[in-house]
Amino acid sequence: MTASQIIKCLPYQEPFLFVDALTAFSSEGITGSYTFKNDEYFYKGHFKNNPITPGVILTECMAQIGVVCLGIYMLKDEINEENKPQIALTSSQVDFFLPVFPGEKVIVVSEKEVFRFNKLKCKVKLLNEKGELVCRGQISGMLKA
Amino acid sequence: MTKEELIAKLKTIVQPYIQNEEAFNNLSENTDFINDLKINSANLVDVILDVEDEFDIRIENDDMERMVSVKAAMDIVNEKLAEK
Repeated sequence: MTASQIIKCLPYQEPFLFVDALTAFSSEGITGSYTFKNDEYFYKGHFKNNPITPGVILTECMAQIGVVCLGIYMLKDEINEENKPQIALTSSQVDFFLPVFPGEKVIVVSEKEVFRFNKLKCKVKLLNEKGELVCRGQISGMLKA
Repeated sequence: MTKEELIAKLKTIVQPYIQNEEAFNNLSENTDFINDLKINSANLVDVILDVEDEFDIRIENDDMERMVSVKAAMDIVNEKLAEK
């Protein structure tokens, strides 16, 4: 399965798709990136006249790349564009260290901790373009074809 | 391990995942993980992983489907321990 095939299997679309590219993936982990556009819808309200990417959106970006894309890759024999995965976020614990401004590119690095009985639990980091740690945590979801 | 010890260990394992305190306080062999304790399917996986670690056993897909109550969990743990 190629990176673009994985992305096509994602059940999201604009304005809630936070995956541009996947640069490395295996059954042990995945690395991908997303560039926040200057006109993302949430910058209008977060914050008033001071656009900063919300932590929940960073968490979502980590979950889309780090858990859902990785999960699709792991279920590659059963998932395709017609048969998208059923997914549910089941837990997230994330600590935040730096802000992400409009136009910034972020890199998500995820390591699989457990994938059993349809539950995928990962250790996920999000870095900015300078390689600085923006946030990290543990995210789990249920995933099946 | 006595039955009581096994129930006590299982009780400690499920505690972080339960949503019904009353059913948890009255936990017995007949307690159902999903219907009584209101443990969701994602957390049921955590219970199983914790049971594996606690008893140093490996639970397979078929066992997972059966493991919906304290009684079933006790049977599975005892079977796996006997196989060791």
